[in-house]
Amino acid sequence: MDKIKLPKLLIFGALFYLVVQVLILTGVLNGYFVVIINRSLIFVILASTLNLINGITGQFSLGHMGFAAVGAYVSGTLTTIIFKLNPHHFADNGAFLVCIILGGIGAAVVGFLIGFPSLRLKGDYLAIVTLGFGEIIRTILNNIAFVGGPRGLLGIPKFSGFTVIFLFTFFTIVLLRNLVQSSHGRAMLSIRENELASELAGVDTTKYKVLGFVVGAFFAGIAGGLLAHLLQIAHPTQYGFYASSILLIMVYAGGMGSLTGSMIAAFSLTFLTEGLRVGIDWLRDSVGIPIGTEWTMVVYALLLIFIMLFKTEGFMGMRESKILIIEEKRV
Amino acid sequence: MKSSIISAFVAVALAGSFLACDKSSKEIKVGGVAPATGEAATFGASTKNGMDMALAEWNAKGGVLTKPVKMSFADDKGDPAEAATVWTKLIEQDKVCAVIGTVMSKCSLAGAPISQNSKIPMIATSSTNPKVTLVGDYIFRVCFIDPFQGTVGAKFAFDELKAKKAACLFDVGNDYTKGLSEFFKAKFTALGGEVVGYEGHATGTTDFKAQLTKLLATKPDVLYVSDYYNDVALIAKQARELGFKGPMLGGDGWDSPKLTEVGGAAVEGCFFTNHYSQEDTSPVVVEFVKNYKAKYNAVPDALAALGYDATNMMLDAIQRAGSTDGDKIKDAMAKADYKGVTGQVKFDGDRNPVKSAVIIEIKGGKQVYKTTVNP
Amino acid sequence: MGSIFSAQQIVNGLQLGAIYALIALGYTMVYGIVRLINFAHGDFFMVGAYAAYGAFYLFNFFLPAGGAMAFIVLILAMAGGAAIALLSNQFAYKPLRYKPRLSSLVTAIGVSMLLEYTFSAMPFIGPSPRGFPELLAKKMFHIGSAEVSNYVMIDLLVAAALMIGLTFLIQRTPMGKAMRAVSQDKDAAKLMGIDVEKVIAFTFAIGGSFAGAAGLLAGLTYPRIQPYMGILPGLKAFIAAVLGGIGNVPGAVLGAFIMGLAETFATAYNSLLGEGIAFVILIVVLLLRPNGILGEKTADKI
Repeated sequence: MDKIKLPKLLIFGALFYLVVQVLILTGVLNGYFVVIINRSLIFVILASTLNLINGITGQFSLGHMGFAAVGAYVSGTLTTIIFKLNPHHFADNGAFLVCIILGGIGAAVVGFLIGFPSLRLKGDYLAIVTLGFGEIIRTILNNIAFVGGPRGLLGIPKFSGFTVIFLFTFFTIVLLRNLVQSSHGRAMLSIRENELASELAGVDTTKYKVLGFVVGAFFAGIAGGLLAHLLQIAHPTQYGFYASSILLIMVYAGGMGSLTGSMIAAFSLTFLTEGLRVGIDWLRDSVGIPIGTEWTMVVYALLLIFIMLFKTEGFMGMRESKILIIEEKRV
Repeated sequence: MKSSIISAFVAVALAGSFLACDKSSKEIKVGGVAPATGEAATFGASTKNGMDMALAEWNAKGGVLTKPVKMSFADDKGDPAEAATVWTKLIEQDKVCAVIGTVMSKCSLAGAPISQNSKIPMIATSSTNPKVTLVGDYIFRVCFIDPFQGTVGAKFAFDELKAKKAACLFDVGNDYTKGLSEFFKAKFTALGGEVVGYEGHATGTTDFKAQLTKLLATKPDVLYVSDYYNDVALIAKQARELGFKGPMLGGDGWDSPKLTEVGGAAVEGCFFTNHYSQEDTSPVVVEFVKNYKAKYNAVPDALAALGYDATNMMLDAIQRAGSTDGDKIKDAMAKADYKGVTGQVKFDGDRNPVKSAVIIEIKGGKQVYKTTVNP
Repeated sequence: MGSIFSAQQIVNGLQLGAIYALIALGYTMVYGIVRLINFAHGDFFMVGAYAAYGAFYLFNFFLPAGGAMAFIVLILAMAGGAAIALLSNQFAYKPLRYKPRLSSLVTAIGVSMLLEYTFSAMPFIGPSPRGFPELLAKKMFHIGSAEVSNYVMIDLLVAAALMIGLTFLIQRTPMGKAMRAVSQDKDAAKLMGIDVEKVIAFTFAIGGSFAGAAGLLAGLTYPRIQPYMGILPGLKAFIAAVLGGIGNVPGAVLGAFIMGLAETFATAYNSLLGEGIAFVILIVVLLLRPNGILGEKTADKI
């Protein structure tokens, strides 16, 4: 593969990281804001991987959080066991990284299994089946007593910090960007545009559809692991259809097929949730209007409907920001 | 347009944080967490009422450490991830010196590690899962725990109801109901009874007929239903429809006016273990019930009583500690010997209170005190 | 084993199946006519239940519970379901009629979420569950070894009556013919002078009204309503429609009763299996016989 220049993305990423770190160290951003930023980054991974499957390959997966669940539980269980056996491993980031990656691999295996129905099913049916798989994963996890069952997986050691999460997110974006803008990515796009034509043109649609699921699932699993280690808990209810719907809204709001869009949407919606929480709490406590935070979800539902009705292509459409586009090396 | 919306909300959030910083020295801030929405919403509403009432009483008497007390309340929606988020917000953003909450064990279990790591003391109001206080020495609770509750239920069923065969139904997706059934089964069997049926149902089920048919085929003397009031009402109705005439027994999840509202005649003559009874004649309870009725125009349930006691105990601990320092509050709390509405509260080595349980009977559509069971 | 396939369990399964049938019919009719899986259909069911609840308390001021009240409440539940279906069609689905199908699907998800969360957020409606009033006094009958309440009879009778009415509508009336025409070939029907949008709206209304009726029956039988009550029944009814052959009216009924029975037997055996049986059925159907039991094999147009 050609050596791909990534100076623009590298500069942008380094700048972002430095700015946030400085803000944290000077105390302008307290722990709560750091959690929000961390969650935004994790959602960037989740939204962009869903975008890979839905937006770029044109499949319709509704159970994306199921992959995150697998990643969370696999990595969480492993670190919990390691920590119990040898508390000094707590400081060993190496073990943590290995566990996260194993979580991603576990999710990728599941993605591989789910990739197969996608070969035969289209649109609506694929949506329902992926939804079903997501629910099955959740139900299975809810019933395995070893990982806590309905109590959830608790006491996961806290490994996720801003640096770790940022690095994983950056790495994911770079990889996805490179994939999409390579010949493989073009193959996937052709499947989205017209599967039959691309099959006739010689594209191995089977390979690329399954690849989409596997890569998407792998990174979603990593994201799930990061989230579990951030919240120190993994519970089956976090990975149901409701959570997958939020991802869907992010992908559509940002723009199907635009990684930049997913990044923007992930940050915006995570911050929006917290902003709405503050706002609604204020309205309830200071002004006395009896409303609850369900209105946040009403806002999201309306957002999704408006986007579909009036701006189907989302914020970015299919465009990418210049920062992400790889320059062709001209000879 | 989107970026301006984003900036607006970030601005609001940041503004909120600045506002929070300002007043920290002029008042005492505590955090309150309860499920104001979600499947346990009535629990959360009652708990919050109890918390608010206790807070108002302290402020009327001059506050804590001569400063007014303010509570930052957060809704955990009965969701552990949400609980973790709001716990972090209360501690990092609102800078509370202590947290009172929450109702559901799975949410308390999510918040406890955060409290422990931040050294902010926490007192759970009605989380009965034993693991909650085992998280660390900053974590307390004001209610009894499930091993005790399940045992009490079994003793009552065997000794008082003279049941020889019991059948259990619980929610497999809910650790509380599952745990309670397990403890009941263990004690009932140990006493010499036989658990002839042990069925779980999925969370959110409304049609329990399949499981009930299977359970009732074994002809149990009593049905132990450890679910929350919502499901209990339906289960009771369907059990009666299928011809079950015996008594049903349950845990503190039954405690809600909605139980009799939805369950109607089906729950008549049934029993449940609870933290307190509004018919208790001790002066503390009488006073509490009177004030609660005046303020909220309703009879307080156990959740409200626990919220009230927990808040009182935490504020009392802060007062006795003489400071808002987490360590000092925690030490003061550990030494507490408090006469609460829900009993005399003293903590054991695991920071669980050593107190009794009451058995409530549903008679004439109302909760009637039946008996007290001591540990 | 005896208590799994017992007469009682069969009765339980049939009762469940009747409710699924009414919901499944709505799914299948809408899919047949616009090829849309209306994710929000389960929420029309929920709206119908709440409409029934509201109607009861409204009329209870001057009408006691009983046969007359039940009838009024049924009509209003159906009206409520029809109304919300028409609104959804008009504002969310119609504008996207000629856009890619995926857009409609995602919008349907949005409508579903909107209904659930709005009902949950409204101060006088949600989010806590509410007990459904006892519309009719409950009477128990013994049929063989099974306890059959009059509610079971009502569920089956109402479902049967509506299904017969629907069959008559589709086979014998001009509108029914138009519905069949549009579902077969939308463009040809338009060329023949049929007002396609009106037919589609009518179909949504009928489907919605059936869902509303199911909502009332569910409220009556499992007397508790809450804003999220439509999610699982909606999904299972959809799977039932797929099982029977999506787009096929008798298929939806057949699939629904099979689903009701299968779910009851599976739950009696093991509650975990009961939870997952619907999805197992879905995956088996989609992998082995995607057109469903009564579905026609449609050739893939190249």
